[in-house]
Amino acid sequence: MSFKLAWQQLFSQYKSGDLRVLVFALVLAVTSITAVNFFTNRIALHLNSEGGLLLGGDLVVLSDHALPASYNALAKQYGLKTTATVEFSSMAINGEKNQLAEVKALSEGFPLRGDLGVQFSLDKPIQSVQNIPKKGEVWIEPRLANAINLQLGDSLELGASMLKITGILAREPSRGGDMFSFAPRLMMNSADVAATELIQFGSRVKYQLLVAGKPKNVQQFSDNLTSKLQRGERVQDVKNARPEIKSALDKAETFLGLSAMVSVVLSVVAMLLASAPFVARSLETAALLRCFGASKATIQNIMLQQTALLALIGGVLGCVLGYLVQTILAYFAGRLFLESLPAPNYLPVLIGTVTSFAILFSIMWPHIQAIKNVPTMRILRSDVESKPSKMWMNYLPVALVIAALILWLAKTLQLAGAFLVGVFSICLLAGLLAYALANMLHKISQKTSNNAVSLGLANLKRRLGLTVAQIIGFSLGAMVLMLLLMTKNDLMQSWTSSLPADAPNRFIINIQPEQVPQVKDFINNIGVQSPQVFAMIRGRLVAKNEQTITPDSFENERSKRLVSREFNLSSAATMQADNKLLQGRWWRAGEADAALVSIEEDIAKALEVKLGDRLTYDIAGSKITLTVASIRKVEWDSMRANFFAVTPPETLLKFPASYMTAFYLPKNQDNALNLLLQKFPNFTVIDVASLMNQVRAIMQKMSLAIGFVFTFCIIAGLVVLYAALVATREARIRESAMLRVLGASRRQAALAMLTEFACIGAVAATVAIIVASSLAYYLSRFVLDIPYAFNASLALTALLAALILVPLAAWWVIRSYLNVPPKQLLNSI
Amino acid sequence: MLLSEPNLPEPNLNLNNQSTPNILTSSPAILATNLAKSVGEGDNTIEILRDLNLEVAQGESVAIVGSSGSGKSTLLALLAGLDNPSSGNVAVEGLDFSSLDEDARAAVRGKRMGFVFQSFQLLSTMTALENVMLPLQLANRKDASEIAIATLAKVGLGERLTHYPKQLSGGEQQRVAIARAFAPQPAILFADEPTGNLDIATGERIIDLLFSLNKASNSTLILVTHDEKLAQRCQRVLVLSNGQLT
Repeated sequence: MSFKLAWQQLFSQYKSGDLRVLVFALVLAVTSITAVNFFTNRIALHLNSEGGLLLGGDLVVLSDHALPASYNALAKQYGLKTTATVEFSSMAINGEKNQLAEVKALSEGFPLRGDLGVQFSLDKPIQSVQNIPKKGEVWIEPRLANAINLQLGDSLELGASMLKITGILAREPSRGGDMFSFAPRLMMNSADVAATELIQFGSRVKYQLLVAGKPKNVQQFSDNLTSKLQRGERVQDVKNARPEIKSALDKAETFLGLSAMVSVVLSVVAMLLASAPFVARSLETAALLRCFGASKATIQNIMLQQTALLALIGGVLGCVLGYLVQTILAYFAGRLFLESLPAPNYLPVLIGTVTSFAILFSIMWPHIQAIKNVPTMRILRSDVESKPSKMWMNYLPVALVIAALILWLAKTLQLAGAFLVGVFSICLLAGLLAYALANMLHKISQKTSNNAVSLGLANLKRRLGLTVAQIIGFSLGAMVLMLLLMTKNDLMQSWTSSLPADAPNRFIINIQPEQVPQVKDFINNIGVQSPQVFAMIRGRLVAKNEQTITPDSFENERSKRLVSREFNLSSAATMQADNKLLQGRWWRAGEADAALVSIEEDIAKALEVKLGDRLTYDIAGSKITLTVASIRKVEWDSMRANFFAVTPPETLLKFPASYMTAFYLPKNQDNALNLLLQKFPNFTVIDVASLMNQVRAIMQKMSLAIGFVFTFCIIAGLVVLYAALVATREARIRESAMLRVLGASRRQAALAMLTEFACIGAVAATVAIIVASSLAYYLSRFVLDIPYAFNASLALTALLAALILVPLAAWWVIRSYLNVPPKQLLNSI
Repeated sequence: MLLSEPNLPEPNLNLNNQSTPNILTSSPAILATNLAKSVGEGDNTIEILRDLNLEVAQGESVAIVGSSGSGKSTLLALLAGLDNPSSGNVAVEGLDFSSLDEDARAAVRGKRMGFVFQSFQLLSTMTALENVMLPLQLANRKDASEIAIATLAKVGLGERLTHYPKQLSGGEQQRVAIARAFAPQPAILFADEPTGNLDIATGERIIDLLFSLNKASNSTLILVTHDEKLAQRCQRVLVLSNGQLT
């Protein structure tokens, strides 16, 4: 019976409009949290669940040098299938056109897991194959074919070889985790690699041994191999595949989750406001039901069932909308992914439903507890009130649920604490500003000659608590959106404007020592005076102050990776113009061969290196110990060639080196560069301009996705405003009716209301502008390290939008009442 | 806006199928002994009722009159078990209210009592039919809808079943409230200023309806009013003054 009654009452309340804002705010909260979860869930599934497909095998041994044959033999001993691949970057050339390609040379047996999708003829569909290109043939991605204007059957130049394109590559198993792929893939037979002459000393090459078999055997092989691994070699399995992407995803998930949380917090504020009429009505009903003989348990049951029904409705609607919204998110970020994302699983639905129940029950629980004690005397005498419960008791459950949600999304107590403190401080600041401004306007109201305007201004003070809540809600939403727009624009503008017109747009790497003079001549010929060519010596840091360093010496993931791989050392007589000396000194004239090194600031921090430390590098098997003479700051954004570690010019002369240069290639000089490449096929040219465009495109897409999440904050802010309006609707109608009974015109009644809300809008926008600009200043000055400029046009737009939007929203709620005769209005309340 | 009241049909409620709760039916309908109610503490204590005694026989109609603030509504609340007395006790059909907890008193109300209030107390989010069905649903009556429709028809609102309180005049709203009070066929009916919010003509028609239904159902009527003329229609009139009945 109580279920029928609960449903019936709930339906009646919904029809009367009491519940609409509550349900809307609940749906909004669930939508924003599930949309972000659906989205990150799809990416996580994409990265995790494909397991072996991502790797192309069950386990991969990776190295920056050719792997010993004994590893292959060991795998065979365990009955595992094996195959080897070699990966490097190189230019694919067709006459005057060239494009950097990610070359992957395959051996028989590839792929051990999954398949390749290849189109062998234009009139045939993509085929699933489990073999590799024949000798003398290549399979390339469509964007490579387009870039160098070649088709199936044509030949391309790769290093010293001409190779025939026999397949267009649509899909490869081991590429799944490459979310951000800059260069298109070229697959070739490993038997052709030597003839290309591309792999020379100092070339960046990734050697891989893929193995597959029974899980137990794979594990045994892995255990056995781990003790045999040499420097630069590591084992990767499905669990630790793509750790950097996983970590990036974790960060993105946290960031998007917390962004969504801002709208959840605002929605909860709206729900608290919107629940007031529902609770008041429920109290009234409860008193009547008690009068008609309902027990306390029946009353509580009805309320519990109504809350559960509402939570279920909010959860289901929120999950459906969340699913739809995430498709838009995936669309914004979509082109970042090489492969289409898999469908999400049902976890976000569970999260959305649990969130819905947790939020609604935490808001309603104190009322459910209180409602059973409603005094039945209320029926006879409206002045009899329920025993007032302590205010903090009413808000404690919802505060705990919000804190738990934030902790879950932030993953660490520290971040959760920072977020909570941040939101709380902003609310407090916004509240104080709102309070001060409302007070100021109230004082102005006393001097205003227009009575309607004066009444509107005075209303701000009379409902100060609600006014401040409305201002906080709206300003928080507006603030987050403004901050995003400000920093995004600042970042983009400062990045593009910091690059001079002649900033290098091409890098050439893999230059052999004997090729340096000709490269210098080439660059001279295209108009660059005294081009700089830098030595690149690949070395690994093995000890600090005679203490051996291993990846285990560090806890930080980045530090672990830095010590586990080789990186480039360079030599220079003078410091580059865009570098800045932070500590120590540059070498003097007599120190050309001194065992000194200058270290870049970030890497020094990551590897815990201080001035005066002695760093031992292993370069091609020989060791050298260098003393840290200086620590530099490097402008990586300058697009010039820069190095983490630089030694005096003659210190590393005895070590084998390759060279690199960076220069500005004028638009009409592409042919000259192609001629150079034909002459020296081992060169790798990196087109920085297109790389920059891609990075910019990614940033724009990501900021679109983030901005989209933040629009929820604005909607939630407006819902807070609307909820506060609905909560005070009856009082406002009564006031408006009384004003008109006392002789005010409709125009005056409307003017009073519009004045009040124009002020709320203006104060909220002012608060948002002040807080967003301060945060943007802080971020620009101390985090992004870019010059800050106050965005006046954005501030003005926000102010105007708030001045128009907020009164408009208020007008929308009570417009219908302004035309009703006052007596009818008073009767209907 | 108040609408004029239509001529009302003669009520014809069949009360023979009424289930009788386990209460001593030979006892007085209401027996209040040494009833007192005060509010506030210390020097601020206000005695609303003091040492009040009242016995109402089953089927009797009693009017309690008194000026505003004399404690009429408080007395009615104590008699109906809506509030606890400061001292003394109330027995309903022989059942001592002071021995019952709130839920048990609510159960007695549900089974034996009906209420008509000055401010109607209709739930604004429910239609006329839903409002009348409410006490029947609480009593788990499967035929709640049929009974409610029939009762609304008897009070002349058979055509207004799906109207909300806002869409009804004051008189119509009070008729819905009367239908709601009589639908569960209560043994005792409490009416608190039932015409207080109505104009004279409408009020008279409402009282006609109330008394005719009361007569047909043979229920005990306790009517609180400050209207002497209305009070005279009851079998007995008691005046509440200085916290006591005279």
